[in-house]
Amino acid sequence: MIALANPARFSAIAEKILPWLAGATAVLFAIGLWQGFFVAPADYQQGETVRIMFIHVPSAWLSMFGWTMMSIASLGVLVWRHPLADVAAQAAAPLGAAFTLIALVTGSLWGRPMWGTWWVWDARLTSVLVLFLMYLGVMALRAALDEPSRAAKLVAILTLVGFVNIPIVKFSVDWWNTLHQGASVFRVDGPTIHPAILVPLLINALAFTLLFLTLHLLLMRTELMRRRLRGLRLRAAESGA
Amino acid sequence: MGTLIAVMRRDFTLAIRAGGGFGLPLVFFVSVIAVAPFAIGPDLVLLSRIGPALLWIAALLSTLIGLDRLFGQDAEDGSLDLLLTTPSPLALIVLAKAAAHWIATGLPLAVAAPLLGLMLNLPPETLGTVALTLLVGTPTLTLLGAVGAALTVGLKRGGLLLPVLVLPLTVPVLIFGVGATAGIAGGGGFGPSFTLLLAVMLGSLVLGPLAAAAALKASQA
Repeated sequence: MIALANPARFSAIAEKILPWLAGATAVLFAIGLWQGFFVAPADYQQGETVRIMFIHVPSAWLSMFGWTMMSIASLGVLVWRHPLADVAAQAAAPLGAAFTLIALVTGSLWGRPMWGTWWVWDARLTSVLVLFLMYLGVMALRAALDEPSRAAKLVAILTLVGFVNIPIVKFSVDWWNTLHQGASVFRVDGPTIHPAILVPLLINALAFTLLFLTLHLLLMRTELMRRRLRGLRLRAAESGA
Repeated sequence: MGTLIAVMRRDFTLAIRAGGGFGLPLVFFVSVIAVAPFAIGPDLVLLSRIGPALLWIAALLSTLIGLDRLFGQDAEDGSLDLLLTTPSPLALIVLAKAAAHWIATGLPLAVAAPLLGLMLNLPPETLGTVALTLLVGTPTLTLLGAVGAALTVGLKRGGLLLPVLVLPLTVPVLIFGVGATAGIAGGGGFGPSFTLLLAVMLGSLVLGPLAAAAALKASQA
């Protein structure tokens, strides 16, 4: 971890890992989507719409994974004051927001035939919508701050406040109103999904997670280059003046 | 302790006397309630049913609009830098400032709520509970808002960003506040929701000033 914390070394390692990660993502997606769309049986109640779940559920998991990753990176910013941690937090925000949006849209598409409505003000949907708004807030705050080191700390504080707040929002809206089904994969008494659907779901979840990690590394590398470029430009402007 | 009381008194006096901003959140609160029946219709049965929710939304919005004044003027005239260098813990100073801000902006809302509730045809027993939940809820909103205010204090265009940052944080307060008032939230009755509202307030009483102080330090550095 410490060796990785050097930005130059990080870039070099990321360079080596990325093709493999991208390749694994593509292979897993090929298997997962083929399984999900062609091999897995249609549900006896939901019919073919159950296939939306192969996109919806992994995206919903990643929406929470994204914020968790940002929170860990934020701890890195505030405790160790490491610039790479801020790059990681910055790269995770748009990805998390994108997967949250995918979860919301696919959920809505599934809800129309199943619940008879595009949107219900149900606990799970509402808390994911709030999560989406919080992603947008974090991105807006970063965009509004010009100075990178100040932006890093302020965004980290907001992220951690959100990390404390999200479970409270989740709990309070559960109390408020719920229609969405409860957890059906991670349960104490084992999953309640038939293996024929569960296996493709887990393959897809792994594929989506790898996609997230690939894009995250890519975005981090791009951001590192952008920051170095900005530094070089500043130095050039100073020496020119 | 002396410093804190001094900060509170200074902020409260400034809130009342300087800039003519005092009472504006209350006027805004009344305006929102006054506009609502035009949108919803003058149906008193409907208004009495959604009245507590209306009062809560109006209180939430009124709290949000005054928040930039919490640190904004101190940052402009430089007194925030002085506060940052005082030996007292910054979190406690934030708490004192938030308290003064709440007394000037939030407390009047809770006091005025029963009167407006009367105009919305709320039953007598609901009037008291709305005021009570607002009395607990508005300081919570101010404390959560202090975090947003501290995060956006250095920004030229922080005006719209502040409510966007703070609103998602206020969801639990709104749920438990309205839940306790209406007693319809599926959880049953006044007690559980109100206890949870108190819990959220106590939590934000600790975490709000700490996070806001950290944000102030980071934004001034």
